[in-house]
Amino acid sequence: MEILVCIKRVPDSSENEIEVNKDGTDIERDDLVYSVNEWDNYAVEEAIQIRDKVGGSVTVVSVGDEEAEEVVRREMAMGADKGILLSDDAFEGSDGKGIAAILTAEVKKGNYDLILTGAQADDGAAQVGGMLAAMLDWPFASLINFIEILDDKKIKVGREIAGGNQEMYEIDLPCVLSIQTGINEPRYVSIRGIRKVASLEIPVHTATDLGISPESVGEAGAKTKCLDYFVPELGDGAQILEGSTDEIIDKLIELLRAKGGIK
Amino acid sequence: MAQQVFAYIIHKDGVADDTALELIAAAGKLDPDASVTAVVAGDGSELDSVCNEVAPSFDEVWKIDNPALAYVTAEVLRPLLVRILPKHGIVLVPHDHFGMDLAPGLSIKLDAAYLPDAVDFEGIDNGKLKAVREEYTGQVSTHVLSDISEGAVITVRPGSFKADERKSGEGHVIDKTAQAVESGLPVGARRFLEIIEAEVGDVDITKSDILVSVGRGIEDQDNMEIIFELAEAMGGDVSCSRPVVDAKWLEKSRQVGTSGQTVKPKVYMALGISGAFQHVGGLKGSPFVIAINKNPRAPIFQVADVGIVDDILDLIPEITERINELKSA
Repeated sequence: MEILVCIKRVPDSSENEIEVNKDGTDIERDDLVYSVNEWDNYAVEEAIQIRDKVGGSVTVVSVGDEEAEEVVRREMAMGADKGILLSDDAFEGSDGKGIAAILTAEVKKGNYDLILTGAQADDGAAQVGGMLAAMLDWPFASLINFIEILDDKKIKVGREIAGGNQEMYEIDLPCVLSIQTGINEPRYVSIRGIRKVASLEIPVHTATDLGISPESVGEAGAKTKCLDYFVPELGDGAQILEGSTDEIIDKLIELLRAKGGIK
Repeated sequence: MAQQVFAYIIHKDGVADDTALELIAAAGKLDPDASVTAVVAGDGSELDSVCNEVAPSFDEVWKIDNPALAYVTAEVLRPLLVRILPKHGIVLVPHDHFGMDLAPGLSIKLDAAYLPDAVDFEGIDNGKLKAVREEYTGQVSTHVLSDISEGAVITVRPGSFKADERKSGEGHVIDKTAQAVESGLPVGARRFLEIIEAEVGDVDITKSDILVSVGRGIEDQDNMEIIFELAEAMGGDVSCSRPVVDAKWLEKSRQVGTSGQTVKPKVYMALGISGAFQHVGGLKGSPFVIAINKNPRAPIFQVADVGIVDDILDLIPEITERINELKSA
């Protein structure tokens, strides 16, 4: 089975407090720790497990600048066979549809049976997988937390829905799935693993390579654009307990008792 | 020109979802002069009861009635919507598991702008809609500008608009089934099999009065012990947010949130939980919420009654010790 996994390099939200920069044009990007989007990492792990069961190959692809290469390489160290970077000045400022169009062009160059994306990334949009499927006219299912390969024509998948319930589907290949966290336990990447892939060449495909007209993607082609970043006007919010640790704990316990929080 | 807005109505067991009336409010904020049409898909009498329920609130209700829609799935519904929706309309869909399945592809098939997970609207100027979104699980907000002049599909975050209860619609139900299914139902490349219900765990957190809930801030499985010790001291049960279940440190039945359990305790301790809207969405019945998080910007502090900015790994053992001292005194 030929599997393509679409990944994104994002600020690691478990490692960073995200703040707005001085003029509100972006988040403050100095000193941010970046990593592969958490959902995408689960998708790569799932692809590797499928390949190890039924054979084939796993390719990871990312749309981004040269810095995105580090996450492509990281996922290759995890076990992906190939990496591709889609990079061009014309891609900058793309909205979800632009990213999906760029990925669609790359998919059409290959011969993939299955495409995985993360269910969402740092912007919480949860959009690229569904758009990619629509552009390819392939079936799509989102929030996948279970995959079973039935044969080379169809697979069985589970979708996470409300209340911890799961919708089960049979879906024909080729298809696009967006992967929910928790579907597996992504393996760690060892330093040795990183070293092994450090010198592998990662091909870079540009707009010209992909046959994409520059004005159809990037900021020029985007119908939805980010104007500014801001910290929302906070409501009343929580009453923040202050003082020494002892004082804070005293206040907390007093409140807990008053509200029935200690039986 | 007033916008023509279509609100997709999610329903279950013949009853409309809470988001139905929220989408009216969202449409009103988007454009106060908008005409708002509910679009409801389903089968037979359950569908009719949903249509009758929402009709007084909408200018029109469009229904698509077909046995294949007895359990509505996005892949079956999407091509039917493409057949009935006019060019350049604005389509609102709740940003939940169904909306995420349906809406991105719908925007491509309608060749419309896509605006995901909107939490507020700030007006339309020259065909461009200004909207508010959140990024990084609510740590920062953004204004986005979306060119809706050739139509748009917008997903709206559940709970971000207050339900419009005024019932100020006209209530006509129009049957769009013929147009929707005229060229047949789509070939099923994705076939619905069944629903697997959530497993019931050893503890039913939906019945707990006191929940000690833990999130990513616990950092390591070995640290989970301090949470159970605090819960025991307080006489409560342990629940959690999604990352703890993803890491397999607690079973899924203890997860609070839209994809987990809906809980209604009296007291809710949110420990090392950032407070993503999917988590907070599982918290009902106005509990007294205490949040402890080392990140002062964590959105959980907006929902909590009382907050402490500190590392839970340092603070929790001290709280437990103090409660135990008091109880033995």
